[in-house]
Amino acid sequence: MTAWTDSTRAELRRLALWPATWVLGGVWLTLQALFSFAFPYIAYRTGDPDAFQGGPMDEILASMLPQAAPATVIQGTPMFGGAIAMIFAALAVGSAYGWGTWKTVLTQGPGRAAAAAGTMTAIGVCVAALVVVSTAVTLGFSAVVAAIESQDLVAPAWGDLGASMAGARLVLGMWASAGLFLGALTRGPALSVGLGLLWTLAVENLLRGAARLIDGFEVVTDRLPGSGAGSLAGALGASSSGSTATPGVFDVLAGPAAAGLLGLYLAAFVGLTFALIGRRDVA
Amino acid sequence: MNDHIVSTEGLTKRYGDRAAVDAISLTVRRGEVYGFLGPNGAGKTTTLRMLLGLVKPSGGTAQVHGLAPGSPDALRRTGSLIEGPGFYPYLSGVDNLLVAARYRGLGRAAVDEALERVELTERGTDRFRTYSLGMKQRLGVAAALLGEPDLLILDEPTNGLDPAGMASMRRLIQALSEDGQTVLLSSHLLAEVQQCCHRVGVVVDGRMTYEGTVADLRGARKLTVRAEPVERAHRALAAFDLAENDRGETVLTGDAHDVDVPAVVRELVADGVDVHSVAVEERSLEDVFLTMTEARK
Repeated sequence: MTAWTDSTRAELRRLALWPATWVLGGVWLTLQALFSFAFPYIAYRTGDPDAFQGGPMDEILASMLPQAAPATVIQGTPMFGGAIAMIFAALAVGSAYGWGTWKTVLTQGPGRAAAAAGTMTAIGVCVAALVVVSTAVTLGFSAVVAAIESQDLVAPAWGDLGASMAGARLVLGMWASAGLFLGALTRGPALSVGLGLLWTLAVENLLRGAARLIDGFEVVTDRLPGSGAGSLAGALGASSSGSTATPGVFDVLAGPAAAGLLGLYLAAFVGLTFALIGRRDVA
Repeated sequence: MNDHIVSTEGLTKRYGDRAAVDAISLTVRRGEVYGFLGPNGAGKTTTLRMLLGLVKPSGGTAQVHGLAPGSPDALRRTGSLIEGPGFYPYLSGVDNLLVAARYRGLGRAAVDEALERVELTERGTDRFRTYSLGMKQRLGVAAALLGEPDLLILDEPTNGLDPAGMASMRRLIQALSEDGQTVLLSSHLLAEVQQCCHRVGVVVDGRMTYEGTVADLRGARKLTVRAEPVERAHRALAAFDLAENDRGETVLTGDAHDVDVPAVVRELVADGVDVHSVAVEERSLEDVFLTMTEARK
């Protein structure tokens, strides 16, 4: 336990001082601000229904108000958020091989399991912090929109917001664990990030396309990591269709099934990462 | 109590059919500076990695502090620098050491002490990526010193150091030895090894070809005396042989191991012998090492 907590503290320190942590966090918050508020607001103010995904103006405005915060918090996680979490974890683990810091860490004597657990915990803490900050930003922006548009400032359903935050944490955590696994597998940052992005942004979508052509293949594609993440976001209020539909959000699985699937992927990726870090020689 | 802080028996590491380390048996005694020598690719670093648990052996056994290599208890009593320092380039020297120290459960005081010991305190707050090669190496040694471990495993610690840095490193190693710490030192700088190490192990092509004291490895010291008349000198130094040197002169030669050279000169002069020169010849560690490694080719 002590080795684990020592390892977590050490990793948190180096992640907190790592520019990539702040850059990626900033990118996520910027994307969230742009796609959840800036672009919809421009579309709303210009009165052009086609300016942002089309649809009635009142729907666009409603999607930016505090009541919609639960959906807003999770809607970007299956696509951009997941990719960013995956990149962050893959860089954190893969770069440590490139810099030779795994050697330095392991020779300090925490034990391989504790060192790996410390890294995973620290990344988990960063992801959780990102969800909290992202929620605060969402609430802030939505309050500003409500004030500017003279709308009543109605708080979101806190239970829904909590569920949404937990869902976002699970989605980002699952993609981060995939990044951990890829970083440990490839023992470098470039290949792990490349493979991860290829999967999240291209391969899954291509497989879903193929599923339309091959009978029964949906059984497989509906259980891919992205399908689980998108379904959980859909179950927690993110829109998968209509004027406020968000890329990456699906309705192929029910909420509990999607959460269970993500939990399975997370456990599998974590287990594989432990095995890779624990068993392989460190050059 | 066993005075071996490191011991291996038939330690082997194979990559496919190739044995990078082939049944190496070595012992490092508590408190000594042990030089681990060998040409590039001989298997030194792989052996040291196995002792630290970074690489799993294919065969044989090893113990460090009487424990399995790589066990947390063994590693917490061991400091190491293996094949160059591995640090986060975006962190300062201090922050890098703080991260390493936290893995050991140590705090700022241990970091400051280690930085001071390698004379890097002034540049401690600079980012690692701005360090020269020598500074990076010194920071690596500082990380090895965290927590004052009983055993230091240093792989080429003088890499990238200028002459002053090398002398400083030699002084540090000698000071560590005087403080009772054990040092297992791999180095190509045989003059350094000759000055620092009590015992050495020589590995060539993955196999241990010698383990013992530096003096035994270097062999006998030879004393050569040019004197006239040589016959009278030979009567005074009866144990010595008469031989012809490369200038065609007859000289006296003998084992200088336990000879008191000034006493010999005094004795010859007292006997009325003119002493032209007295030379003690001994093979350097480098000569012996090159002979050993050439012989294996």
